[in-house]
Amino acid sequence: MAPQKRKDSILSGLKKCPTGIKGLDEITEGGLPRGRPTLICGSAGCGKTLLAMEFITRGITEFNEPGVFMAFEENADELAVNVASLGIDVKELIRQKKLAVDYVHIERSEIEETGEYDLEGLFVRLGNMIDSIGAKRVVLDTIEALFAGLPNEAILRAELRRLFRWLKTKKVTAIITGEQGDKHLTRHGLEEYVSDCVIFLDHRLINQVATRRLRVIKYRGSKHGTNEYPTLIDETGLSVMPISSLGLTYPVSAVRVSTGIPRLDTMFGGKGYFRGTSVLVSGTAGSGKTSVVTAFADSICGKGGKCLYLSFEESPDQIIRNMGSIGFDLGKWVKKGLMKFRSVRPTMFGLETHLVSIHKLVEDFQPTAVVVDPVTNLSSIGDTDEVKAMMMRIIDFLKNKQITAVFTSLSSGSSDFEQSEVGISSLMDTWILLRNIETDGERNRLLYILKSRGMAHSNQVREFVLSDNGIALQDVYIGSGTVLTGSARMAQEAKDRSQEFLDNQTSEHRQLELRQQHLAIDAQIAVLKAQSEGIQKEMKRLSANGRQKNEMLHQQKEDISRIRKAD
Amino acid sequence: MKTKKSGKKQWELRLYVAGQTDRAVTAFANLKKICEEHLAGQYSIEVIDLLKNPKLARGDQIVAIPTLVRKLPEPVRKIIGDLSNTQRVLVGLDLRERT
Repeated sequence: MAPQKRKDSILSGLKKCPTGIKGLDEITEGGLPRGRPTLICGSAGCGKTLLAMEFITRGITEFNEPGVFMAFEENADELAVNVASLGIDVKELIRQKKLAVDYVHIERSEIEETGEYDLEGLFVRLGNMIDSIGAKRVVLDTIEALFAGLPNEAILRAELRRLFRWLKTKKVTAIITGEQGDKHLTRHGLEEYVSDCVIFLDHRLINQVATRRLRVIKYRGSKHGTNEYPTLIDETGLSVMPISSLGLTYPVSAVRVSTGIPRLDTMFGGKGYFRGTSVLVSGTAGSGKTSVVTAFADSICGKGGKCLYLSFEESPDQIIRNMGSIGFDLGKWVKKGLMKFRSVRPTMFGLETHLVSIHKLVEDFQPTAVVVDPVTNLSSIGDTDEVKAMMMRIIDFLKNKQITAVFTSLSSGSSDFEQSEVGISSLMDTWILLRNIETDGERNRLLYILKSRGMAHSNQVREFVLSDNGIALQDVYIGSGTVLTGSARMAQEAKDRSQEFLDNQTSEHRQLELRQQHLAIDAQIAVLKAQSEGIQKEMKRLSANGRQKNEMLHQQKEDISRIRKAD
Repeated sequence: MKTKKSGKKQWELRLYVAGQTDRAVTAFANLKKICEEHLAGQYSIEVIDLLKNPKLARGDQIVAIPTLVRKLPEPVRKIIGDLSNTQRVLVGLDLRERT
């Protein structure tokens, strides 16, 4: 059995120690190498200490693994205060004997060096803490401070090497933090000693906006994500966004979701969008983009779904008020907890931070649909490529979660309408275009579907009418070779109606005329008939008279001859 | 392993070691010699073995071993190493001006 067991453990590879930090365990495929030291390096303020502290406290609260925190820069009280803002009660953990904190401080000016020495004191202190609480996790933050305190670098290096070896024999998973150096990853080349896993934290300014990133530089004996991952520090601690590791392998759904506008549903084959797809609603300013997405959000909430509304332009109250004017009461969904707004200016923080915070919001709120209004505002904090990369991550992430995402995009009036500004159109499954057209002194809104992957959709242009009762789509006037909208359409329709009326009248008149003619002819026929009957009678009378005359003549003749007594 | 010298105890010294290592023994011998030469009758030496009392390492912020701590007279001073360089020990104890 024993050899079999060993074989298993070899095959299963390196044992991992989960950090409990959002995203980091996904990137490292399970956590830090168990029983080995990991180096976390980065410049000042990049979150090294926070990551290390979370590793310890989450180890205690989530994995029941006691931990030791050896601080070289802050004392226990300072540390407690610094992490209290994250809801970590260091003092309580210490009282429960789950956490041991030691502050190692060396004042160079107090120290005189004479002859050989080693760092056994440090080993004793660390060993004592580990043994007293049965620690499984150890943090040394920032051990390089020793280089400032102790003059003999040769001894120090030898002792550090011994320390890391010793930590391995103690079977603790350790995090060693180190300040970023000029030539090396750390100022004193700690990566030379800690070579099992190296994680680099970065904190840089782009366009005056701070962006945090995390990268796993090496991880001996394990696969790991190699990209730079956006990182966020907020009130719940550090979170890493592993999203760029997603592939194009998301599940697809044949389920349809209503657009919230009945006639628009009709245009999408009568059913609406596919669930879990990305929809772009683009148009110029004031073309009704927000209204279209609001209709969708309202319909989602109306069916009991949850909608996350990310606004980069308007405050929640403003959106609720404005959408109230076209008959959408979003306030009630917010009260019911079905709708959640998040309004921030894009310039609040960097793209990555937006990405991570959206990621977190979605994880926490678990919406069925997400609205981003408008996505084009993000271009103010990054160039097109960056925004596109970010959009790609968001879309992949949402698609993986089967969340329908609707984005609005503001296209500038002058440019080509079919050129979406951030170049994200190819990422979208469905694209609805809104246009303003100006004719005869008025602007009218037009709506049409530019593309919709995987479904038969209408190719017709519809007029998009906003009223107190909501959104209506109307057929545009198509006739005599022109397309008319708005009052022009109404005028033309009125004109058509009157023309029709006139036409109808004329034909009725004509019918009457003909009927009268017909009657006149009938009358004539009757007269002629009477005449002909008269003639016939006359003819009969005449022929009867002739016969009588003949008879009378014959009678007369006979009478005369009788009188004459002729024979 | 406590060693005390009678007389005026103006000098209170602590020697931190971790086990009876050669270096610890050397350090103690060196310290004794220096004290006898320069502080005869006015010092006390307390040797603390951290293997027996590991918790004591925190109080005096002991990292290097051996470490000699001058508790009195104040200010506190620390001298690390096996105390083989007498000149530097004397400087460290403020018995000689820094050069």
